[in-house]
Amino acid sequence: MLAGYPLLSLAVWVPIIAGALVLATGSDRNANLARWMALIGALVSFAVTVPLYTGFDTMTANMQFEELLPWIPTYNINYHLGVDGISMPFILLTSFTTILVVIAGWQVIQTKVSQYMAAFLMMSGAIIGVFAALDAMLFYVFFEAMLIPLFLVIGIWGGPRRVYAAVKFFLYTLLGSLLMLVAFLYLYFQSGGSFEILDYQRLPIGMSAQILIFLAFFLSFAVKVPMWPVHTWLPDAHVEAPTGGSVVLAAITLKVGAYGFLRFNLPIAPDASHYLTGFMVTLSLIAVVYIGLVALVQADMKKLIAYSSISHMGFVTLGLFMFNSIGTEGALVQMISHGFISAAMFLSVGVMYDRVHSRQIADYGGVANKMPIFAAFLMLFSMANAGLPGTSGFIGEFMVIMSAIKVNFWFAFLASTTLIFGAAYTLWMYKRVIFGAVANHHVAEMKDVSAREFSFLAVLAVLVLSMGLYPKPYTEVMHTSVNNLLAHVAISKLP
Amino acid sequence: MTEMQKLYLLVPLAPLFGAVIAGLFGWAIGRTLSHLVTIAGVAVSCWASWLVFQDVQAGHTFNGTVYTWITTGDIRLEVGFLIDSLTAMMMMVVTFVSLMVHIYTIGYMREDAGYQRFFSYISLFTFSMLMLVMSNNFLQLFFGWEAVGLVSYLLIGFWFTRPTATYANLKAFLVNRVGDFGFLLGIGMVLAYFGTLDYASVFAQLPSMANTHVTLIPGMDWSLISVICILLFIGAMGKSAQFPLHVWLPDSMEGPTPISALIHAATMVTAGIFMVARMSPMFEMSDAALSFVIVIGAITALFMGFLGIIQNDIKRVVAYSTLSQLGYMTVALGASAYSVAVFHLMTHAFFKALLFLAAGSVIMGMHHNQDIRLMGGLRKYMPITWITSLIGSLALIGTPFFSGFYSKDSIIEAAHAAMEHGLPGAGFAYFAVVAGVFVTAFYSFRMYFLVFHGKERFDTHAHDSHASAAHDTHSHDDHAHDDHAHDDHAHHGGVPHESPLVVTIPLILLAIPSLLIGYFAIEPMLFGDYFKGAIFVNNELHPAMEELHHEFHGAMAMAVHSLTSLPLWLAISGVALSWFFYMKRPDIPAAIKQRFIIIYNVLDNKYGFDTFNAWFFAGGARALGNFFWRFVDVKIIDGFFVNGTAHLIGWFSTITRKWQSGYIYHYAFAMIIGVFALVTWFVRVA
Repeated sequence: MLAGYPLLSLAVWVPIIAGALVLATGSDRNANLARWMALIGALVSFAVTVPLYTGFDTMTANMQFEELLPWIPTYNINYHLGVDGISMPFILLTSFTTILVVIAGWQVIQTKVSQYMAAFLMMSGAIIGVFAALDAMLFYVFFEAMLIPLFLVIGIWGGPRRVYAAVKFFLYTLLGSLLMLVAFLYLYFQSGGSFEILDYQRLPIGMSAQILIFLAFFLSFAVKVPMWPVHTWLPDAHVEAPTGGSVVLAAITLKVGAYGFLRFNLPIAPDASHYLTGFMVTLSLIAVVYIGLVALVQADMKKLIAYSSISHMGFVTLGLFMFNSIGTEGALVQMISHGFISAAMFLSVGVMYDRVHSRQIADYGGVANKMPIFAAFLMLFSMANAGLPGTSGFIGEFMVIMSAIKVNFWFAFLASTTLIFGAAYTLWMYKRVIFGAVANHHVAEMKDVSAREFSFLAVLAVLVLSMGLYPKPYTEVMHTSVNNLLAHVAISKLP
Repeated sequence: MTEMQKLYLLVPLAPLFGAVIAGLFGWAIGRTLSHLVTIAGVAVSCWASWLVFQDVQAGHTFNGTVYTWITTGDIRLEVGFLIDSLTAMMMMVVTFVSLMVHIYTIGYMREDAGYQRFFSYISLFTFSMLMLVMSNNFLQLFFGWEAVGLVSYLLIGFWFTRPTATYANLKAFLVNRVGDFGFLLGIGMVLAYFGTLDYASVFAQLPSMANTHVTLIPGMDWSLISVICILLFIGAMGKSAQFPLHVWLPDSMEGPTPISALIHAATMVTAGIFMVARMSPMFEMSDAALSFVIVIGAITALFMGFLGIIQNDIKRVVAYSTLSQLGYMTVALGASAYSVAVFHLMTHAFFKALLFLAAGSVIMGMHHNQDIRLMGGLRKYMPITWITSLIGSLALIGTPFFSGFYSKDSIIEAAHAAMEHGLPGAGFAYFAVVAGVFVTAFYSFRMYFLVFHGKERFDTHAHDSHASAAHDTHSHDDHAHDDHAHDDHAHHGGVPHESPLVVTIPLILLAIPSLLIGYFAIEPMLFGDYFKGAIFVNNELHPAMEELHHEFHGAMAMAVHSLTSLPLWLAISGVALSWFFYMKRPDIPAAIKQRFIIIYNVLDNKYGFDTFNAWFFAGGARALGNFFWRFVDVKIIDGFFVNGTAHLIGWFSTITRKWQSGYIYHYAFAMIIGVFALVTWFVRVA
C-alpha cells in the first residue's frame, strides 16, 4: 500500500519543510503559532516514519525503501536513500525525540521561539538524512548540515559559556569530518568514480590503505560517539546547551558516530578493523571505567549525565568490536536504550532547572517532599541509567558483557564495573537531590510536574520499561542485517 | 495452557496486580482499599502456592517458557518457570511470610503518610521474589535478584528524609552490586561455555564440562566449573550478606520493621542460599568452590554472632543473629547438605520473621524506643508478644523439639561429616557452628531477658525525650519521631501496651510453625525423597547427607539424643550465663566491658569494615575520579591538547599577521626577494 510513496524522502524533507514554515511565522509575537506548528510538524514527521517500521521486511539484509535519483551527474553523485535493519530504528528514534524536544521547549523557550523550533525540526530532517543516505557525498552533506542547527541552538539559547562550548563542539567535530572527506575522495578514485557506499563495502583494499581509511573515519566518528580521549567537548556542550539541545545531542547525535562505525569502518575496512580491535577495545574500556569514575565526582547534574553518556557509549563501541551477533546487537540496543534514558535524564534535569535555575547537586535536597510524582519518574530513569534489569538500560550492557566474556574474560570484567560505578554515580546523585529533608527555600517552592511534563516523562517511562521487559521487537528487525554485516566483516578484503 | 500453568502465572501476578493498583492509584482509592487489594493479591498467591505445593507433592513438576525475551545469534533468552519441590517450598515460605507481614503492616504503619506506597512496595517485593524462585533460567534469576534488590533499596530508604536511611539504602544497593558484579560474570561464563542460560540444558551439559579448564591469568589453569561456582557464589555473598559483603545488612534496619522481617530476614537474604541449592549439580563438581563456601559461611556464622552480643538496639541484635544464621545455612551448603540449608532457610524464615515482628511489636509498645537498656519487665504489659518472642528465641537457639533445633543440629552434624571427609575448611566450620551455638544462646537471651524480664527501666512519663537517652553507639533513631510519629500514643502516658490484633495474630500464626514445623518436616525434607530431582548430591564424594541419614532414627529420637550432646549444653550455658549477667549481676558485664575495652571497641566498630570501606573504596574511587577529571581531562586533554592547539594556531597567526602590515613598501620588498629567489633558482636549474 505504501510502496508507491517515497517514504524516506518524506522522512527527511517533511521536518525540514515544517521547519521552514515555522521559521516563516517570524517574530515572537506569533510564538504560540510557532509552537503549535512545530508540534504538528513533529507529529507528522514522526507519522511518516512509522511505516518504515511497520512495512519493514525483516527477512532481507538488502536496502529497503530505496530511492535513487541523479544529483550531480558529472561526478556520479546521486540522491540515494535506503535503510536496513541497522539504520531504520534510528530514524524512528530521531523523529520521536523531536516531538519530545518540541514539548519540552514549550514554555521554557520564550525568545526566538520560531527559530528554536525550526532549528530542531530541520536538524531532525538532516539527521534522518544521515541515517538514510547511501551515497557518500549525500551522507557527508547531511552529516555536516546537522551540526549547524545544533551549533546555533547551543550558541543562541545556551548558558553563560555557550560560545566557548559551541566553538569547541564545532571545531572538534569539523576536524574529524574533514579527514572523512579525504577518505571518500580516495575511495571515489579507487572505485573508479563511485560515491556509492555499498560499492565501497565491496571494494578490495590493501592493508595499509585500509588502516589509513579506518583512522580517517575513526577520527570523525570517535569525536561524535564520543570516545576517550576526544570526549571533552561533550560535557561542555551539554552544560551550556538548553534542555532540548542536550536531549538531541545525547539521544541522537552521539548515535551517528556509532552508526558511522557500523556503516563505514567495519564493512569498508574489515581487515583494519580486526587489526585495530585491541586499540578500539582499550579506548572503549577506558570510557567505561575512567569516565565512570569521573562521573562520580561531578557536582553539576548535567555534567554527571554527560559523563555517564560517554561511559554508556563505551559499551556501544566495545560491542561493535567483539564481532559477534550478541555484541553487535547489544551495541545497537544500547544505542536505542540510551536514546530513551539520556533523553529522560536530561529532560528530568530540565524540569528541575526550570524551577530552581540551578544544575548544581548542592543546590537541591529533599525534592521528593515537594515533587513526589517527579521523584518516582526520576527513580525509574535513574535505575535504568544504572542498568537495572527490567529497564532498557540493562539489555545492551548485558548483551555486550555476554559477548565480551566470550572474547576475553577481562574485557567483561572491566566492563562489568559499570554495575558498581553506574549505580554509584546515579544513585548518589539521586540521594543528594531527591532524598532528605527540604534543603532550602528554592526547593520548598518547587511544584510537582505539570501535565505537559508528565506527558513526556510518562511516554519515556513506558518505553524504558516495555523495552526492558520485552526487547524482542527491537532486536528482531536487526537480525538479518547484523548477521549479514558480520558475515561480510569476517571475509578479508585484501586484494 | 493447562489449569496448573494458569495457576503458576497467578502466583506472581496477583501480588504484582496489587502492587500496581496500590502504587499508581493508591492516592485515589485510599488506605483501606490499598491494603485490601494488596493483601488479597498476596492471599490469592499464597493459596495458589498451596495448590501448587500439593500438586508438586503428587509428583507433577513443570519446566517451560512463558515468553521469549530476546533472541540473538543462536542464543535464545527466555522468561519461564521451573516448578519443582524446591520452588514449591520457597513459594510457600515467601507467600506465607509475606501475607503475615502484609497483615501486620496494617497495624505497624497505621499512621504513616506513605501507607499506600509501603503496601505497593511489599507486594512488588513479593512478585519479584516469586519470579526469582520460580525461574527456570539464569537470566530471570538475575532479573528477580536485582528486582528484590531494588525493592529492598526503596524500603530501606522508605523514610527518605532521614539521612541515615538514605545512607543505608545506597550502601545496601552498592554492596549488593559488588556481589552482582561477580554473579553477572558467572552468568557470562555459563553462557560463553554452555551456550544457554536454561538450568536444565546447563545441567545436562555438566558432565562434558567436568574437565574443561580456563586460563584467566596466564600460567594458571582453573577448572571452569570452580570458576563459575565461585563467581556465582560472590553474588550470593552480596544478597545473603556473607562476610565480607555483610556490611549492608545491619544498616538495612533503617527500614520499617515489617520489611526487616520479610526482606532482611525471611526471604530476600536467603536468595543466595536458594540459588546455591538450585545450582547443586554444579557445586557438587567443585571441591574448591565448596571449601570457599564453607569457610565464608563459618566466618559469617561465628564472627557476626559476636557482634550481636554488644548491640543495644533491639532490631540490630536480631539483624546480627540473622547474619549469623545465614552463615549457618552457608556452612550447610559448603558441606553438600543443600537440603539441610534449605530446611534451615525455611525454619529460620518462620522464627526470624516472628522475632522481627515481635521486636516491631515491642517497639510499638515502647512508643518507638528501640534501646533494650531502656526496657525490661514487658511481659506484664505485652503477654502475646512475650510468649511468641520466647517461642522464637527458643527456636533460634535450638531447643529440642523446636523447629530451629532440627535444622541447626543437622547443620552441625553435616559440618562434622564434611570435616571427617577432609573437605578443606570444614574443620574450622565445625568449630564455628558449635561455638556459634553458645554465642547465639547468649545474645538471644540477653535481649529476651533485658526486654521482658527484670526491672522496668523505662520512664513512663517522658517518652518523647527518649531519643536523647543513652545512645552511644547508634544515632539512627534520632529522627524516628518526626517521620513516624504515633501521635496518639502520647495520650497513653507512656505505659507500654500490647499491640492490636492485626499485629498479634501474625505473631501467633508464625509462632505455630516456629514451634512445630521442624518436627514434622525433617524426615520428608532431609531423608525422604521430597527434594529428589531438585537437589543433587554426589554421595560418593560428599557423603554428609548419607551419614546424617544413617544417624537419623526419627524426629523424637533426635531430640532425645540431643540431651546428651554438646550443642544443647552449650545453648543452656549460654542462656544461663546471660541470665546471670543481665538479671542477677548486671555489674559483671559492665566490669568486663571496662576490663576488655579494646575488644569491646573492635566489636563496637564492627571489626572496622565500615571505616575501611568508606576510606578505601568510597574515598579511593572519588580520589581517582577527581584525578582523572581535574588532571587528565582538564589539564592534559583540554589544557594541553585542545586549548594548546588553539593557542598554537593563535601564536602562529600572531606571527604571520605581522607580515600583513598594509604598507606597500613591505609587500614590494617581499616581492623583490621573491623574484630574486625565483630567478636564482631558475638560473641554477638551467
